[in-house]
Amino acid sequence: MDSFGSDFSAGGSGGKIDTGTIMEQVKVQIAVANAQELLQRMTDKCFKKCIGKPGSSLDNSEQKCIAMCMDRYMDAWNTVSRTYNSRLQRERARM
Amino acid sequence: MNSQGAATDPQLQQFIEIESQKQRFQQLVHQMTEVCWEKCVDKPGPKLDSRTEICLVNCVERFIDTSQFILNRLDQTQRSRGSFSETMGE
Repeated sequence: MDSFGSDFSAGGSGGKIDTGTIMEQVKVQIAVANAQELLQRMTDKCFKKCIGKPGSSLDNSEQKCIAMCMDRYMDAWNTVSRTYNSRLQRERARM
Repeated sequence: MNSQGAATDPQLQQFIEIESQKQRFQQLVHQMTEVCWEKCVDKPGPKLDSRTEICLVNCVERFIDTSQFILNRLDQTQRSRGSFSETMGE
């Protein structure tokens, strides 16, 4: 009983599994998964845009390009998120 | 653990509902960002210029329009043809 408690309980109910703690842990895992997804797509896109013929290392211009690309991809992501959110609000207002 | 158990805990149920909905939103944002990046961004610069911004906004709106169009038309063609199983080729 106590081995469960030491992993899961938030210090309230001793050996019991706390729903609130589970929810927090799940939220963290979801956030991590989303960050990974974002990084994976960003890496893919920026590699395509910035690396021509792969050399024996990343040269300065490639590194600069990747850095800018990362920022622009984030900007794009934010724009898409905002636009989609607004669209959803509009659709809901219509219903 | 509360007496109802995890499967029927209403607080957990609601949490799952809400988080699932949030994830559907996130997934679509990931997908549309990828697609619209391809369509709208040529060379990454020091900032997103307004032309690119406008393209991204339009892209999102048209993507959703396309999705709705497809659903509506599918619905229409099913209605005119009759039973669901006919259209889906049983």
